[in-house]
Order: sequence, then structure tokens, then C-alpha cells
Amino acid sequence: MPSQDNTQQNILLEGDACQHCCIKINDLGVCLDRHIILEGINLHVHCGDVLAVVGPNGAGKTTLLRAILGEVPYEGNMVSLIGGVERRRPRIGYVPQKLQFDPDSPVSVADLVGAAISSKPVWLGISKKLRDKIKTILGVFSADHLMDRHIGALSGGELQRVLLAIAMTAKPELLLLDEPGTGVDVRGQSLFYELVRGLKKQHHISVIMVTHDLVGIESFVDRVVVMDRTIIAEGTPREVFADERVLRVFEGDPQAALLEKRAA
Amino acid sequence: MIELWYQFIDRCLPFDWAHYVFMKNALLAVLVITPVYALLGTMVVSNRMVFFTDVLGHSALAGVAIGVMCGIGDPTWPMIIMAVTLAVAVNIFKRLTQAPMDTILGVFMAFMVALGIALLSRQGGFAKYTVYLIGDILAVTPSQITWLMAIFVAVFGYWYTAGNALILTSVNSSLAHSRRIKTFFVETSFTIILAIVVMISIKLVGVLIINSLLVLPAAASRHFARSMRSYTVWAIVFSVISGVAGLVASYYWGTASGATIVLFSVGCYLISALVSHFLSAVRKE
Repeated sequence: MPSQDNTQQNILLEGDACQHCCIKINDLGVCLDRHIILEGINLHVHCGDVLAVVGPNGAGKTTLLRAILGEVPYEGNMVSLIGGVERRRPRIGYVPQKLQFDPDSPVSVADLVGAAISSKPVWLGISKKLRDKIKTILGVFSADHLMDRHIGALSGGELQRVLLAIAMTAKPELLLLDEPGTGVDVRGQSLFYELVRGLKKQHHISVIMVTHDLVGIESFVDRVVVMDRTIIAEGTPREVFADERVLRVFEGDPQAALLEKRAA
Repeated sequence: MIELWYQFIDRCLPFDWAHYVFMKNALLAVLVITPVYALLGTMVVSNRMVFFTDVLGHSALAGVAIGVMCGIGDPTWPMIIMAVTLAVAVNIFKRLTQAPMDTILGVFMAFMVALGIALLSRQGGFAKYTVYLIGDILAVTPSQITWLMAIFVAVFGYWYTAGNALILTSVNSSLAHSRRIKTFFVETSFTIILAIVVMISIKLVGVLIINSLLVLPAAASRHFARSMRSYTVWAIVFSVISGVAGLVASYYWGTASGATIVLFSVGCYLISALVSHFLSAVRKE
């Protein structure tokens, strides 16, 4: 976490510090066009923990994300427990995958953040006051110098930090990261993980990270769930990646070979 | 009210073309409707809906045909109902399948155009409907202009309230969803408004070129827009300038107004492409 003063932090989160909070997803299932895409998904994330959901391509990871976001209809339920109080549908901060942006979009970083946090239409221009607020928000994620750049002109890591800044303005209980490793160089990736690590500790957020990466996430995540339509294995990274069933799911994936080599 | 406009023109624009009432009406109509095209166009281009709006425009032919079959003198309402149904159907369809949208739209356009032409050409009578193909903005009446003004107010009001939601949805719909934006509602309301504006415009500019008027100003602006604000402002500037210039030029050249306006839009597009290319070359040095 880069150095920052208290006022900056308060803009993002007026400290809902909690002792006993977690996100629970119970028996989630998704059925599209009469095909079962997901079934029997149970996830339990304590606040301050990072849960990685890994799986091969076509395992339903994206569908799981969209179900958690409420974009596709699902069975089962999702609750957040905060200080013993149960609530349906936790507040979610979502950091999308880089790939889904239009590269020559005229939207600037300030436009994007402004559109997300303000009700005043940004196409009419951004007021001085809003600009200052956007700058402060981005500053926490060392992205304030990017304000006037086009979102399509950002590097993977820069865009990710902007999106993380936006996600945090929602004061999330659950932070959803979609393939945070994709399209980001190693330095950008470790900076991003470092930022998330700082956030989850300070603000008691549960983090669910959906990823295809197996290698290089061990130090960042607390628990790993391996899925392929349903949950196949669960545990600490060390346990899971040593599990034979998991290696079988990833058969043919060069990453699995790497893990196997390391285990041996 | 319209009298005031006539007086204003007589006072301020002592040109040959400005003597005629039809030109005064057409000028007012152009000034009112071109900013609306620019605004809608910015989102059409950002959302990659260019082909969709073209299909929407072409569906007007089927709307006209159905209106004529039912013996309705002014087919505007059947056209609007048709286009709105199409817009909503496409939006729902898009959510339900992963099938490539352009093929489905292509099939739909073929059906709409063929149905329209087949019905309207019975007993060789299609010639009298060519006005729907190329439009006639010089025939615009003061009461139609009042409608255009209502549309202007409605679209700018919609843009004021829904602008940010439209931007977020267009950038990434999951991101918008996580901000509690009703993305389906946003996308559907936008396409419905688009459908209505396109259908109202068919009589003015015609099926063949309505899409160009929507797309070109935004596309030109995109060449050097640095923010949503400059994107929108430049689109409006290009749209109004080519609208007025095209209208006046069509008077002197004796050409169809809609097509002449489009030629000026294309000019704007090319110039802005060249200018932005030149500017970026200078910046690199």
C-alpha cells in the first residue's frame, strides 16, 4: 500500500470495521438453455481473506462471476454476515477483466470514474469539485496521473488500478476480481496484489478472485477452490495444488506440468 | 411561434435561399434534429450498433407497407410500433443467445425490406413511395417541427439523466451492473428512443441515409475526442454544420437535401481523420 493520509482513506471507506463478517454462497446453480452450467457451488469467504476460484477454460468461472453479480438467474443464495447480522446480496466491488474494453473509446479515466461515482452527466463536463474528488480516489491507487488518458490507452496494470479504485468507491463487502493476471506484466501484477492485500486487511473485505493462473498466486491467496461445473477441490494453495484430482482437471495445461514438477 | 422564426430569418439571413418558407422550415428542422442525431450517434458508435440502426431504418419500409395495407394515411405510427418491437426483440434476443448478431440482423433486414417492397409494389405502385427512401426535408411542416422540438427536449433530458449509466454500460456491462445500474433497462430504453427518432426521421431524410446522419458525426468526432465531453460537443458541431451546409448547398445544386447533408458529413469525417493523423504525427516528433 503506498503511503496515504487519513482523509484520502475516508473518502473510500468510512471504516465499517467488523470483527465477524463473511460472505457465504450456498448451493449456487446456474442453468442456461437447459444446460447445467454450474451446480452445487458452496463458497465461504471470511473477511480479509482471498479466495481464488480456478478451473480450466469452460469450467463456468465467468458464469459464476455473472451469477454473483446478479447478471444471470441462479438457484441457491448469497448472504453476507456482518457483525452477526445476515443480509441478502452483499455490496460488491467488481474489477472486470482488461480484455473487454473497446481500445479506441473516447472515454477518459476521469469520465469513467466520474460516471461511476457522480449523478451529474459527465458528457456535459466534469466540475472542478468532482475532478478533485476523482483525483483523490485515484491517488490512493497511484493512478491520479492517468486522469486525462483514454481508458483504451492504459496498460493492463494501470487500467486494473483504475478499476480497483472504482470498485472500492462502492464500499464493497465483497471484492470480485476477474482474471487479474491477464494482460498485466509481472510488476503491475505484484503492485496490484500488494494493493488488494492492503485493502482487505484495512477494510475487512472478502475477496473472490476468478483466475486461470495456477502459478504465482500462492503467496497472495488464502484459499483455493478448483471448479469444473462444480467444486472439485478446496483448501490452501499448497494442499490443492498437490491434489491429484486437481492436476487431472488441468491435464494438458502447461501450468499443471509446472506444478507437478514443483511437487516432485 | 413559427412567425417569429420567419421574421428572424428575414432580418438576419438576407440570402436568396432564405426567402422561401420551405427553406425556413427546413433550416429550423435541421437545427433541431441534427444535435439529436449527434447525441444518439455517439452511443451508437460506442456500442457498435451501426449495423443495428441501419436495420432499424430499413424496417421502416415494412412499417410503411403495413400502414398502407391497414389504410392508415400517415404510416408514422405503424413504423414506430414496428421499430420499437424490433428494437426490444433484438435486445432480449441478444441477452438470450451467443449467436452472432450480425447474421441475425442481416436476415431480419432482408425480411423487412423485401416485405416492404413486395407489399408496396403491388400493381406497380412503388414509385409513389420513393419519398420514404430518400426523404424530403423541404416538405417539413411547422407541426412536424413542433414534434421534432419535443423529441429534442426528450432526448436531451434522457441524456442528462441516463448519460452516466449509458457510458458505464457501454464500457462494460458487468461493471455497470456491479454499480447497481439496470443495464437491461438502460440498453432497452436507449434502443427504443433510437427507434422512435429514426422512424420520425424517415420522412425527412429517408431510409437510405438516416444511418449516415447518426453515425458520421460521432465517427468524425471520435478521431480526436479526448473525453466524453469533447466527443459529444464535436459530434454536435459536425452534425449541425454539415446539416446546415448540406441544406443550403442542396438549394443551389438542386440536389436531394438529405444526401447532400450526408456528403458534407463525409467531408467532416475525412477532414477530421486527416487532421487527427497530422496532429498525432506532429506530437510524435
